[in-house]
Amino acid sequence: MAYSDKVIDHYEHPRNVGRLDDKAENVGTGMVGAPACGDVMRLQIQVNDSGIIEDAKFKTYGCGSAIASSSLLTEWVKGKSLDEAAQIKNTEIAEELALPPVKIHCSVLAEDAIKAAVKNIREKRGEKTEEAAG
Amino acid sequence: MKLPIYLDYSATCPVDPRVASKMAEQLTMEGNFGNPASRSHLFGWKAEEAVEDARRQVAELINADPREIVWTSGATESDNLAIKGAAHFYQGRGKHIITSKIEHKAVLDTCRQLEREGFEVTYLNPKEDGIVYPEQVAEAMREDTILVSLMHVNNEIGVINDIAAIGELCRERKVIFHVDAAQSAGKIDIDLAEMKVDLMSFSAHKIYGPKGIGALYVRRKPRVRLEAQMHGGGHERGMRSGTLPTHQIVGMGEAFRIAKEEMADEAKRLVALRERFWSQISDMEEVHINGSAEQRVPGNLNVSFAFVEGESLIMSLKDLAISSGSACTSASLEPSYVLRALGVNDELAHSSLRFSFGRFTTEQDVDTAAKEVRQAVEKLRELSPLWDMYKDGVDLSTIEWAAH
Repeated sequence: MAYSDKVIDHYEHPRNVGRLDDKAENVGTGMVGAPACGDVMRLQIQVNDSGIIEDAKFKTYGCGSAIASSSLLTEWVKGKSLDEAAQIKNTEIAEELALPPVKIHCSVLAEDAIKAAVKNIREKRGEKTEEAAG
Repeated sequence: MKLPIYLDYSATCPVDPRVASKMAEQLTMEGNFGNPASRSHLFGWKAEEAVEDARRQVAELINADPREIVWTSGATESDNLAIKGAAHFYQGRGKHIITSKIEHKAVLDTCRQLEREGFEVTYLNPKEDGIVYPEQVAEAMREDTILVSLMHVNNEIGVINDIAAIGELCRERKVIFHVDAAQSAGKIDIDLAEMKVDLMSFSAHKIYGPKGIGALYVRRKPRVRLEAQMHGGGHERGMRSGTLPTHQIVGMGEAFRIAKEEMADEAKRLVALRERFWSQISDMEEVHINGSAEQRVPGNLNVSFAFVEGESLIMSLKDLAISSGSACTSASLEPSYVLRALGVNDELAHSSLRFSFGRFTTEQDVDTAAKEVRQAVEKLRELSPLWDMYKDGVDLSTIEWAAH
């Protein structure tokens, strides 16, 4: 399968690989996917008092496109508010990385990961989640 | 050293230069281009002679009578002809067929087709070592069983079935026994004077011959009959019509001749290369061989690298031509059905690579490959949340994953 240059770039030089303390009050963690399906993403965001994402780290078990999707996502979310980050769409990721149709699920997983991380930090901060707020 | 390094000999082989030069002699006006079926002139006679020489060369490798060899386009066609041909011919005796879950798709999909036609198929599950044992076959036998089809060597994991023993119990019960030998011919001994196999499929390109040519062995004593699948000019005693491709056939003959001559030495060399490779990666944590380590064809090694996904591993191994699972299924995102049938969990099945070494593999190739594999696995484990969890002592099987 031919990968786009951007996928290869992120795969060979992944940005923001690592781990934040998931117990910390200012860190939100989203872990999505399943080993049996061939991909698991862990995305973590560190949020300051004004609700801006200061730092983001990821680790991903999965194909090159899954790794690239999560790497790209960490670049995008830095400096964004939680609301802005939660609005990132998988289609934007897929378009940026020129993912082929069979790899769209990698971008969906990345969207799920940031949503899960935002939800997690909001819960920690005692905010109502979007779903609960209706 | 030439990059990338080819370590996918189970998918296909380069044609041996000796084979290529023989083939080239069968093509042009100056060469042996005639139609082997032309009976009225020298061009036809010469082509027929070349075809019959090749038929003898193929028969000699497997200790058969040349008259038992039917040319086909490859092992897929041989499997189709054997299974459909025997099932259709003998359906008056019964409609039950036995095969295994880890056969090549050419066998599995043919069996599926027969099921649609009203046959009943039992798919045996191999044991954890990847082997289908004779007693499993015996247990599955019924009054109406007409055919057993099992592979000699599995294409993904390289394990060897005990064909001789299974042949005995098929013969006792007068059940036709078909064996797909695409991955075993020229690599391990096959003696059809001894083994009670009725039909055996061969391919040329798995043993340094050209693609597009294969053969089906059809036993004469006791005689096995088939319903033809390809109708036409009545070539190959009516079993497979179509003008014989002299250059392909001569190529296959030469490849089988070379295999007979060099097989024993080559097997030793390949086992040594495999051991050399394995010894350089086996000390890594959580690295597992899939399938029996002992009952295995010389050039194959199928390994799972836990917590690393196979496709991304292949992506980092740019200098190595390898596959995850078989070439026929590697376009799909599903983990190998072969490994699943062995009871390998999905996660490890996603993490498996098949290395297959061959005639042109060198020690230097193997050393480079081992070094690159180590680096890639280490790099990807650093990226893997599963590796973190493993290192933290988390049992991954206790986690409720959200399947997607």
